[in-house]
Amino acid sequence: MQQLADRLIDTGFLQGLPRGLGYVIVVALFAFLMLNFIMLVAGVTSWLERRVWARIQSRIGPNRVGPQGSIQWLADGIKNIMKEDIVPSAADAPLFRFAPYLAMMGFFGAFAVVPFGDGLIVADINIGVLYVSAVTALVVVGILMAGWSSNNKWALLGGIRSAAQIISYEIPAALAVLTVVLFTGTLSMQGIIRAQGWAPWNWFLFHNPFTFVAFFLFFVSALAEGNRTPFDLPEAESELVAGAFTEYSGLRSLLFFLVEWGNLYLIGAICTTLFLGGWQVPAFTDSGLVLGLAQVLTFFLKAYFLVFVAMWVRGTLPRVRVDQLMTLCWKYLVPIAFVNMILAAFFAAILPNGSIFVKAGMCVFGLGLAVHFFQRVLFHLRRAKPELHLSPIV
Amino acid sequence: MDESSLALPISAVLCAVVVAVMVGASWVLGKRSPNRAKGAVFEAGNRAVGEVKSHRFPVKFYLTAILFIVFDVEVVFMYPWAVVFRRLGWFGLAEMAAFVLVLAVGLAYVWKVGALEWD
Repeated sequence: MQQLADRLIDTGFLQGLPRGLGYVIVVALFAFLMLNFIMLVAGVTSWLERRVWARIQSRIGPNRVGPQGSIQWLADGIKNIMKEDIVPSAADAPLFRFAPYLAMMGFFGAFAVVPFGDGLIVADINIGVLYVSAVTALVVVGILMAGWSSNNKWALLGGIRSAAQIISYEIPAALAVLTVVLFTGTLSMQGIIRAQGWAPWNWFLFHNPFTFVAFFLFFVSALAEGNRTPFDLPEAESELVAGAFTEYSGLRSLLFFLVEWGNLYLIGAICTTLFLGGWQVPAFTDSGLVLGLAQVLTFFLKAYFLVFVAMWVRGTLPRVRVDQLMTLCWKYLVPIAFVNMILAAFFAAILPNGSIFVKAGMCVFGLGLAVHFFQRVLFHLRRAKPELHLSPIV
Repeated sequence: MDESSLALPISAVLCAVVVAVMVGASWVLGKRSPNRAKGAVFEAGNRAVGEVKSHRFPVKFYLTAILFIVFDVEVVFMYPWAVVFRRLGWFGLAEMAAFVLVLAVGLAYVWKVGALEWD
């Protein structure tokens, strides 16, 4: 990004402008592109997610607008923009209007440090991961603000539930990130990716048993922080109407849902960065452009696979109760995360660069786990003898 | 100042501007016909009873917030330690193990007095 800005200022269309101003323009352009990309991803995810659940629940899902319903999300967006923007008369109007801004800013702020490829990042700051967990906390403030200012009992309950949930799960998530940072010695997103390789045995997921555990800790905590099923208590439809967003309508409610679906990609991208080797690809060609495209595609597919897993989880697991949610966090995840972090520190002190045997063992273990999982799936398929519709097109 | 950190406020401001444009578009394109029923508090079709602002919610939420402050601030202290971990070596590890042990005692105490019980 820095190099791109420098090149544009020195030789490109920004020639002659003061350096600082040129840099601001380049960053703003890049951030605007990114914002559009995120909205596109969030929109398509909302459609794809409905299709995926539909298949899981033996339904068809949206299939009317566009081929296979693929521009349903656009229709939803346009419809929401054309709707009346209602501010309830009992609500605290300024706070009520401001809450979606905060949620969106907190969510989009995190994308400033999410990498897409080698050098393709808005800002490769040296505290990248810490910045992500700090700035996404703004989303909590937005949700809490929405819940409080609506002056509605459901909304208030949803808002404080959300705050309690997100701040609780912040702790295991932060500790899981720490486990990786112990081995990289840097918090920069690109630095963490560069510490890994393209091959699975060079990923932090298979680096040692402790980072393997940390991946699952992080993924579960991130799902909870993103208010995803099975942890979607803040907007539990069947008990709290729509939780903190009960009084929101039209575009403002759309913004909250944009944050929710966009957050899925953010979770996937951060997991990919920390554990799955990010954009690393083998150097198979000399062409910088082809390599760059391969990197972007690799990163996106890895991140989107995790988004798919989140959809799958949502289609499979029922929502937990509030007390189960808090028990899971404070009595299981937090102690496990602390123990895991300290054991990882011991491992890092004994073998600072990891061990090829441990990596190989972890890869075999991971492969065995995957094989076992698919065997179970096959076993149940054979036993239940369901009608299978494997084609994605209905 | 590092130029790349300039990108953070820029992206925040840009996001706010884009959201404002979207909300503005909705303000222009959307119909407006406010009435009393629309502005009323939604309570699943019933008349709203009581005030929310004076509504009390369980003390458990405050407790969770206090626990969060204790543990999350400690975790933030660990970030710089993790970054320089390799340079500190065994000394840093011993120090952090002692620190985490103290935290673990705290967690065990909180657990024992029942602060983690939700009901």
